[in-house]
Amino acid sequence: MNTRPCEASVRMVEDVAVIDLLGDIDRNSDPTLTAAYERAVAENASAVLLNFSDVGYINSTGIAVIVGLLARSRTDGKRVTAYGLSPHYREIFEITRLSDFMTIYADEQQAVGGSPTQA
Amino acid sequence: MTMRQRLIALPFGRRRRKSGVVVEATGAGPRVEEGPQIDIAPNDPIVAYFERAGGAVDIETLDLDSPARRALLDAGMKLVVPLISQGELIGLLNLGPRLSEQAYSSEDRKLLENLAAQAAPAVKVAQLVRQQEAEARRRERVEQELRVAQLIQQQFLPKELPELAGWQVSAYYRPAREVGGDFYDFIELPGGKVGIVIGDVTDKGVPAALVMATTRAILRGAASRLDSPGEVLGRVNELLVPDIPPQMFVTCLYGILDPATGRFVYANAGHNVPYVAHRDGVVELRARGMPLGLMPGMSYEEKEAELGSDDVMLLYSDGIDEAHDPDGEMFGFPRLMGAMRTAHATDAVIDNLLGELARFTGRGWEQEDDITLVAVRRTSGRESTFAQQITDMSEMEGAAGDGTVIDEFSVPSETGNERTVIERLADPIARLGIEPSRLERLKTAVAEAVMNAIEHGNKQRQDVPVDVRATTDGEHIRISITDRGGGSELPDPETPDLEAKLAGAQTPRGWGLFLIKNMADEMSVSTDGKHHTVTLTFALKGAADEHTAV
Repeated sequence: MNTRPCEASVRMVEDVAVIDLLGDIDRNSDPTLTAAYERAVAENASAVLLNFSDVGYINSTGIAVIVGLLARSRTDGKRVTAYGLSPHYREIFEITRLSDFMTIYADEQQAVGGSPTQA
Repeated sequence: MTMRQRLIALPFGRRRRKSGVVVEATGAGPRVEEGPQIDIAPNDPIVAYFERAGGAVDIETLDLDSPARRALLDAGMKLVVPLISQGELIGLLNLGPRLSEQAYSSEDRKLLENLAAQAAPAVKVAQLVRQQEAEARRRERVEQELRVAQLIQQQFLPKELPELAGWQVSAYYRPAREVGGDFYDFIELPGGKVGIVIGDVTDKGVPAALVMATTRAILRGAASRLDSPGEVLGRVNELLVPDIPPQMFVTCLYGILDPATGRFVYANAGHNVPYVAHRDGVVELRARGMPLGLMPGMSYEEKEAELGSDDVMLLYSDGIDEAHDPDGEMFGFPRLMGAMRTAHATDAVIDNLLGELARFTGRGWEQEDDITLVAVRRTSGRESTFAQQITDMSEMEGAAGDGTVIDEFSVPSETGNERTVIERLADPIARLGIEPSRLERLKTAVAEAVMNAIEHGNKQRQDVPVDVRATTDGEHIRISITDRGGGSELPDPETPDLEAKLAGAQTPRGWGLFLIKNMADEMSVSTDGKHHTVTLTFALKGAADEHTAV
């Protein structure tokens, strides 16, 4: 099998909870992502930042997981942002309009600084 | 240190080449302009000298009888630094006198030698890239030409054959990959007669196809005005001579058959001699005449033959009798005649010949020239009358149609196998020179389509396979994914409502078809009741990409 199960760890940078993702984002990554998001919320973070730098594969079921996470963050009133997407997945986030609801930054520094200039 | 010297870099290859670039490095930045051209022949002793020199060469004091040395001196060069990559001389860094008119110092030489050592591999890479680009352009042009020639050729073959009571007529045409200019035609004439034409233009490709089309048109015109086949060919020759490109000519047989009597009047402009198989043997229909288009004022001998009941007449092109087997032996006339003796119906004559040819050439034979066969038979009694025409384009795959198969395989319906599929396809497709961003899109679209096939089409029954077939026509990649879920309709790939999903009013899922539709240049779906096939098309290269984020 060529799949790589998703792992997620949470670290605080200033008051932003960064979720470092590793592996594939597909339907199997739902529990991992949800758990990490809950830890981030428990840290009382002002925003949740998804780091996709070590994600090599995202499919439609992974998109669904991210949509589910965004739906939840809406009810929680938490801002979710992202960085580290390859040009291909950035394109996918744009055509699915995920990027309209989740600001995408070029790197962590920009994302944490909340610089309004998108990458 | 500022380089004030004039630099001339001369690209240099194994063949004689003419090119030269002057690079002037000044404080204002480099300026590149055409410099004097210097040819270096591959057998010039200076090549070997440069390859062994191991550093800058002072060509004024170089004691070597070399035309290139003289040319370099004439161009005002003083110092030459060979660019060596893997032991091969790939270019020269040529320097004229220093602007200060002082000699080059050992410091200068060291700097230049360092520069040459670093520049050589880069120049080599640039040369290889240029070579490859030229090769790709050439291939593309050839493919394009093949397609044009095929189009012309097909356009001018008869759309249907004449139905003659009491006669069987079969025609078979199989173009070589590089179309050879064969043609055949049937012309309706007054009194129920029919003109039969078979011809072959020397040369191949577009020029041959154009001459074929012209000849056919002239011949039809002449045949409608003149009753004698010899006069028709004479007239065609007169009209063709002034217009045909040099070194090209057309061999052509033209005959008029009277179906009522079986009388066949014919003339031959250097084409293969037709055969008639009678009950008691095979005879050749010989008639003298020069090929069309060679010289004006030709006359063509006219002869007559009688086709009795059960007699078969075969007209053919040299694509069959000159076909070679793997040992280089030609198919030849005896085999042709042999195949005729054993067959009766015209379709059987052609089947026989093609079968014989396939056995003779063996598997994997690349057809050298067009093959054209026309068989005409007078039936005896109650046998069926038919007119049958076969145009076999199988040799043309790769130039037109479906294209070359890149890979074809099946995977069990198990989630995760979509990754197996894209990993297997990625390398061979990358080698076709697809743009990296397009390859990424292809991988996403194919993975989604395979996932759909596994989960929806085959309902994850592991013993049911998903078939994958990837082909290319040189410009596009086409990937077909087939499952066993035919009959069930795929939902329309409408844009999922993200707002509704985020508000929890719609499931977050349902992105698969949307992704496929957006990633592929074309998507088509077909079903035969049992199977369900999604075919995705991707251009290897595209114009500006509206999707790509910068």
